[in-house]
Amino acid sequence: METPAPLLRFDGVICRFGEVTAVGGVSCDIAAGSFVALVGASGSGKSTLLKTVNTLVHPSEGRVLFGGEDVSTLEPARLRRRVGYVFQGIGLFPHFSVAENIAIGPRLAGEKLPPERIAELLALVELDPAFAKRMPDALSGGQRQRVGVARALAGGPELLIMDEPFGALDPVTRDALGRKVRELHERLGLTTVMVTHDMAEALLLADRVLVMDKGALVADETPRALLAGAGGTVAQRLVSVPREQAERLAAMEGSGEAQR
Amino acid sequence: MATIWDILPGLGDKLAAHVVLSASAIGLAMLIALPMAVWASRSAVVSRVALSLASLVQTIPALALLALFFPLLLSLRAVFGDGLPTLGFLPALMALTLYALLPILRNAVTAQANLDEGVLEAADGVGMTKWQKLVLVEAPLSAPFIMAGIRTASVWTIGAATLATTIGQPSLGDPIFAGLQTQNWALVLAGCFASAGLALAADNLLWVIEVGLAKRSRAMTFGGMAVVAAGILAALWAQGTGSEERRIIIASKPFSEQYILAQLIGARLEAAGYAVEYRDGLGSAVVHSAVASSSIDIAVDYTGTIWTNYLKRTDNPGREAMYQTIRDWEARENGVKVLGRLGFENAYAFAMRGDRARALGITSLGDLVGKAPQLTVGGDPEFFERPEWIAVRDAYGLRFGKSRNFAPTFMYNALQSGEADVISAYTSDGRIAADKLVVLADPEGALPSYDAILMLSPRIAADKGVIAALQPLIGAISVEAMREANLAVDREDAKKQTPMQAAEGLAKAAGL
Repeated sequence: METPAPLLRFDGVICRFGEVTAVGGVSCDIAAGSFVALVGASGSGKSTLLKTVNTLVHPSEGRVLFGGEDVSTLEPARLRRRVGYVFQGIGLFPHFSVAENIAIGPRLAGEKLPPERIAELLALVELDPAFAKRMPDALSGGQRQRVGVARALAGGPELLIMDEPFGALDPVTRDALGRKVRELHERLGLTTVMVTHDMAEALLLADRVLVMDKGALVADETPRALLAGAGGTVAQRLVSVPREQAERLAAMEGSGEAQR
Repeated sequence: MATIWDILPGLGDKLAAHVVLSASAIGLAMLIALPMAVWASRSAVVSRVALSLASLVQTIPALALLALFFPLLLSLRAVFGDGLPTLGFLPALMALTLYALLPILRNAVTAQANLDEGVLEAADGVGMTKWQKLVLVEAPLSAPFIMAGIRTASVWTIGAATLATTIGQPSLGDPIFAGLQTQNWALVLAGCFASAGLALAADNLLWVIEVGLAKRSRAMTFGGMAVVAAGILAALWAQGTGSEERRIIIASKPFSEQYILAQLIGARLEAAGYAVEYRDGLGSAVVHSAVASSSIDIAVDYTGTIWTNYLKRTDNPGREAMYQTIRDWEARENGVKVLGRLGFENAYAFAMRGDRARALGITSLGDLVGKAPQLTVGGDPEFFERPEWIAVRDAYGLRFGKSRNFAPTFMYNALQSGEADVISAYTSDGRIAADKLVVLADPEGALPSYDAILMLSPRIAADKGVIAALQPLIGAISVEAMREANLAVDREDAKKQTPMQAAEGLAKAAGL
């Protein structure tokens, strides 16, 4: 199979903060249209690597190419309008209504989103158009992150980057929103990079899983290959957690049957 | 005696001046503090330095801070020329601005530091420039907290602005200081009432704006701002209607005699067709430099004060020589015209109860020497450190059995009750006559003279009309007449007079 030109390329990226090296030389390509999960334990450097894409973090060495251009040469405000960003903190502006929150990116670019477009974006994340006028503090956590996703999509981005997007949500909401994002990824033809520490989420949503450990990329596999045992010890240790949980749950169900 | 309700309506001018001064100081403090807070939010070092400096300013008593700007501006005249005002609005504005900085700065910095990290990350994430982030996110989210700081600053500033009186800026402090010195409590209460009312009104209005900002209610925010703006504009308009021609400014230090003499001088000048203005209750240290720099035009000072404080002399060449030396020195060094001596002295002197002095056979300081070891001497709290006391003690070899400090008001009571046998008194004090005290003679001339002298600033030193109007005062005021006038203002009973009434009585007694 022929590989399409990469939309995103990490080229020897190193990030140091004083004595600490958070990312220690990562190189890899991400093809347009792919859904990539970046998995690792806390402190593995995955969030830092992700933030080099929209220049919230600047690499100490190496470069990040977006559509062939070094992101450090692009004007940050312009770059960030092309890169939708969803993160655990959500960060809805508390003094803006839902509609104003969603419309902020285009507004900064001098474009006013019509109410129909807001309603359409709300519909994308399965929220009623009546939410447009509400203030963020009147929403539940799941609803807020749905608005967060709608805001990230409002400018019609080429790339969606997500940093633990569902980390603070309850499991039911988390599952539903995960599926929704995957569906939007397909429907809108996005390229998506999602940072998560939850291997199950990565395996279920992504079509490529990158595993980071102590600032280095230690595995780069498809979910199927990881489940088949590829990727090395760190990756397999992460895969073993959901697998064992599933087995225990299955065993519980089995024994329940037996008792009856 | 006028009641507080009679006085309040007459305070309109002072209120307008107070509002303009306070509003200017707070506005200027905001212009400085808000950009500084933005800078501080970007740099921990700036934050620490700015907050430390603002806190340091707060540790300086407001009264001292105000007074410090006078010498500062005086020295800055070397750079900006003699047009730079050293008294009045400018130094008051500068001191109060410094004072208002801390609450505004601290609240703004705290508000910035407590902004939700997620919201700030989102602002960057959606592609805001630093400026957009400041205007669209940081400023509106910090606004209610910053407003709370501005409220605190306003209440402080309106309170501290009453002290601007001491550096010659009209404010609601004028009735407070004048009332305190002449023991006119209705005047004090009226001033306090007006400034407290103003502070409360400002606090409540700004609270409305703060709540409006927090609840994002445009009606409250802009309504509150409109009322504040209307108040400031009304005050400016009220001030603007005064005449802009320079009046003759008469200063007084904060004690009754000075208030009375200022009124006496003012009345004569007004009768001669001059427009006059009073700067009552100026700090004693400020008055001399203020006359020399023409920030004020007329003051009554005392030879002994100028001799020790400005000529830095410790010798005592005698009353006449001292006066001549001072007159020449003022003309030569400062361009100040010493018009002449009013005729009385307000010197330090030793006083005893008449019956006690007679019983002990004491009429002069020399007579005291033998009896002193059995007697108690009372003085005001600084007296026993002053050169006058040291000079007397050494000249006569006085050794008192005991020495005690009393507040000036209580010294006379102590003398009456026998807790002190001899006190340090002021020769023009009305209570000397009222209490039938004997002032002890000073045959050795150990005490310097404190002739009251009339000083004219360089601006009006050659004004023939002014000189003609004031010349009759020279040599016309006897110490007895002055004592009587001082007593009329200082007394507590029904015969108590205002300085203006006492000045009329003094004019009559002086045959004017």
